[in-house]
Amino acid sequence: MSTSTDKLVIAGREFTSRLMVGTGKYASNEQMVQAIEASGAQIITVAVRRVNISDRSKESLLDHIDLKKYTLLPNTAGCYTAEDAIRTCRLAREAGMSDFVKLEVLGDEKTLFPNNEELLKAATVLVKEGFTVLPYTSDDPIVCKKLEDIGCAAVMPLGAPIGSGLGIRNPYTIRIIMETVKVPVIVDAGVGTASDAAIAMELGCDGVLMNTGIAGAKDPIAMAEAMNLAVRAGRLAYRAGRIPKKLYATASSPIEGMIE
Amino acid sequence: MEIIINGETKTLSPMSVTELLGSLGIDPRRVAVELNLDILPKGNYESTQLAAGDRIEIVHFVGGG
Repeated sequence: MSTSTDKLVIAGREFTSRLMVGTGKYASNEQMVQAIEASGAQIITVAVRRVNISDRSKESLLDHIDLKKYTLLPNTAGCYTAEDAIRTCRLAREAGMSDFVKLEVLGDEKTLFPNNEELLKAATVLVKEGFTVLPYTSDDPIVCKKLEDIGCAAVMPLGAPIGSGLGIRNPYTIRIIMETVKVPVIVDAGVGTASDAAIAMELGCDGVLMNTGIAGAKDPIAMAEAMNLAVRAGRLAYRAGRIPKKLYATASSPIEGMIE
Repeated sequence: MEIIINGETKTLSPMSVTELLGSLGIDPRRVAVELNLDILPKGNYESTQLAAGDRIEIVHFVGGG
């Protein structure tokens, strides 16, 4: 079973990689570039921030990213109201000339859990304005269904709080989300190590998005490769169809022909 | 005249948005500009003259998740 024909399709655009990665928290731009390369990701998230007008010595992030190779997914990180998130998306579209946005509207600084009421409000406006909206949401099937009904191109439920590395805390809820919506389900946030990413994919998720799990590792480039392999392995295992779980053993070798 | 750029009050002589970006050493292709809370399309930088009291936001992409 080849992965090359197994494509992730978001709003009609095809991607061969099911891993999306962030560009934050790296020790250097060089390390970031190498980690993204090792991850095999084709979609990378970026944040929208004010240009430092007093100190122009800092390099631009885009000086390091090959825009022919990667699809940028600007986020609305740090926005706590629909209004701020909408404003950020409009700026992102003007800066990047793409309609793709990772919509996040946060509810609380400690948990960074989404404010779903504001999220739904922002998604409604942005879809009407022609954005391809990929919302970061709670792992709540009802909210995910509402986001799909609004016209979001995917839903991105959290596996665990952003940057927590706790893995997929509610695997059964993630499964219910997958049975509830038709748009791609991408686990966003909470992945700490390769097995977490593999679990998300084995559940049947369409993709995984992560930043801290890679950038915060001791060796981010090696971890990026591990995540690349884990997402591919998890996807293959899901498509291959695992054996059912049983309490007792089933012999692997035949009983017939045993010496007596 | 005084205008507010990214939250900082600056005193400038009358100029267009293109001239402002040039004076700040900013590549216009890599940024987005919001003027008094409205997006300013890139095609309008040249023809848009800044006025006293304008609030301008100049943003770009940075690392994020």
